[in-house]
Amino acid sequence: MHAKLIRLRAQIIKELLCLLRDPKSRAIMIGPPLIQLLLFSFAITLEVKNVDVALLNHDTGGAAIELVQQIDSSALVKRIRVAGSERELAEMIDTQQVLAGVVIPETFSRDIAQGKSGTAQVIIDGRKANAGQIALGYLQTITGNVATTLRPASGGELATVRNWFNPNLIYRWYVVPSLAGIIVTLVALMVTALSIARERELGTFDQLLVSPCTPTEIIVAKAIPAFFVGTVLASVMMGAAVFLFGVPFTGSFGLLFGCLMLFILSLVGIGLMISSICSTQQQAILGTFAVAVPAIIMSGFATPVENMPVALQWLAECIPLKHFLIILQGSFLKALPPADVFANAWPMAAIAAVTLTLATLFVRSKLQ
Amino acid sequence: MSTTRPAINVRRLVAIARKETYQIFRDPSTLLVAFVLPIVLLFLFAYAVSLDTRNVRIGVVLEADSESAQSLAAAFSGSRYFSVTPARDRREVEPLVIAGKLRGYVVIPQDFASRLQRGQTNALVQIVTDGTQPNTATFVANYAKGVVSNWAATQIPGAASSITLQPRFWFNPEMESRRALIPGALSIIMTIIGTLLTALVVAREWERGTMEGIFSTPATVLEILLGKLLPYFCLGLAAISVSALLAVGVFGVPLRGSVLTLLLLASVFLIPALGQGLLISTIARNQFIAAQLALISGFLPAFLLSGFLFEIRSMPRAIQIITYVVPARYFNAGLQTVFLAGDVWPLLLPSMGAMLLIGAVLFVLVVRKTRKSMEV
Repeated sequence: MHAKLIRLRAQIIKELLCLLRDPKSRAIMIGPPLIQLLLFSFAITLEVKNVDVALLNHDTGGAAIELVQQIDSSALVKRIRVAGSERELAEMIDTQQVLAGVVIPETFSRDIAQGKSGTAQVIIDGRKANAGQIALGYLQTITGNVATTLRPASGGELATVRNWFNPNLIYRWYVVPSLAGIIVTLVALMVTALSIARERELGTFDQLLVSPCTPTEIIVAKAIPAFFVGTVLASVMMGAAVFLFGVPFTGSFGLLFGCLMLFILSLVGIGLMISSICSTQQQAILGTFAVAVPAIIMSGFATPVENMPVALQWLAECIPLKHFLIILQGSFLKALPPADVFANAWPMAAIAAVTLTLATLFVRSKLQ
Repeated sequence: MSTTRPAINVRRLVAIARKETYQIFRDPSTLLVAFVLPIVLLFLFAYAVSLDTRNVRIGVVLEADSESAQSLAAAFSGSRYFSVTPARDRREVEPLVIAGKLRGYVVIPQDFASRLQRGQTNALVQIVTDGTQPNTATFVANYAKGVVSNWAATQIPGAASSITLQPRFWFNPEMESRRALIPGALSIIMTIIGTLLTALVVAREWERGTMEGIFSTPATVLEILLGKLLPYFCLGLAAISVSALLAVGVFGVPLRGSVLTLLLLASVFLIPALGQGLLISTIARNQFIAAQLALISGFLPAFLLSGFLFEIRSMPRAIQIITYVVPARYFNAGLQTVFLAGDVWPLLLPSMGAMLLIGAVLFVLVVRKTRKSMEV
């Protein structure tokens, strides 16, 4: 038993050295992920603001002037570009100089003055599905306000909106923790996926197999360094989220940290499973890619999981990131109760158990 | 250095290209990434990433039973945008919002009917959204307001708004997000093939030391680099042809521009993409570092900074400036235009020009770096 522990310790030290000895790879594991967090946290926004809008106004009445002024002064619009004709407006949209065009017909103000409803047309660039829809939402709010000022009798806003947990819908509060989860996924998978494959490619894996080490020991020794790197990286990123980006943290830190370790363990399991199948580093890297990219897309980061077809929703249950994102977002903003944390933690534990077992089995099958 | 020889000897170029082609076809992982991953990605962007918010799960809290309150609740149930969980008390739905099972709730308060009768329609109902996912929260707020005002227009005299906004979506009248996302997905696929694959393969040669072997042959630097890139160029064009066929044939994305323009655009994009891959491999000379660099400088910017999901003009100024050197930015705009709008040359030509320029700079850097490393 004692000899086993010494052997394991020696192996773990060897793996740690393999991973951290080369200054270039050490730098690439910690530096770029943090730069990405900084850069992309500012880049990823689904707010739409500062866009240019084209205007084709056939009406000289007061209502039209009011509408144009309101649009011009909103945060959505940087500049209104006046079009002289339908064709000019079409050209601006075709070449993406503007995201949308507003067409106010001749009868607009007259209709409103007569108590009818004035109709303005909004042309949206359908190539930009998301930004276009969001911009339309803003424009509808603006026209709603103008309508109320023009005819106060209609009674103001029927509904009030309150955004729970994030009253001003600060996008960064959503992006920074989620991005930390994504970046850790990529790094942890890549590091572990390469570990066995590199030894295979260099031929040192055979030496490992003829040594007294058991497959379980090999897997444990390979899992620990990646686990360590992933945990440190994730902790640093979460610290950055709180102290640098000012994202409020309302949940239990202990629970989140426990879940973080489960999350990384499940990633390590998946990475080792990929690694044990591959025989070259290139295969391992591309294999990681083929797994990680779909997993990130389906994790619910870009669009909610419940918008997906049911079959894909089931598949999403096998993605550790999907569960961890719920825990992350909940722990940061919602003070997620322990029961809800556990509901999302056990699937990660299950994924870790299955993948680590499979990886051990694959390595054992190589022994025979 | 042998600068007196002609720059390119076709026979040697073909020989190197042939060797590289064998390498591509011998490794199943290359084909996995060139053909299987694109199909998976297209499929996911067609079905999994849907920005069309339909059937968002919300709660409707009906605090009173008046006829008018019930008709508003029915309006929510009937909306195709929402899938409603009815409740009597907001305490029933709040835990569901915390657990992420509902994306918000609407409260129709106790005094709803009496206030409606008195004409006090200001803040008649309350909409509460789950702010942790700002995008979904915005959709919930906008569509819930829409349901309320549509309902009010039929129920309350004089409530109809004095202004109607009539939206028209050009190029994509049904506003299917798939139509806008799939062309964008092609730019990601091409980045993976052009940059990641090339970076890996060439880094492997450096790592294994076989690059020195090639350099010791009579082939010139230019021949070696072109010979290496040619097969990946063809692989990229093959991948985009297959992907475009799938996009049009299976996922119903129209191709309004010409096939020739599409191929031209893809060819132009491959120049900076391959140049970037080569540069990465020359700097890294190690597969792990090359993969990480390709991920950071190629894949993630193509995903996040190309304007494919996130509007570039809404980003902070400093980041907008960075996007100008991301080739995928131009490729993405070009692809969306060729597929959905047509051959709009005033947009396509500047985009191609920018990509060519970035490509030229990258290649100059690669040739310099490689020359130097040969002389050492």
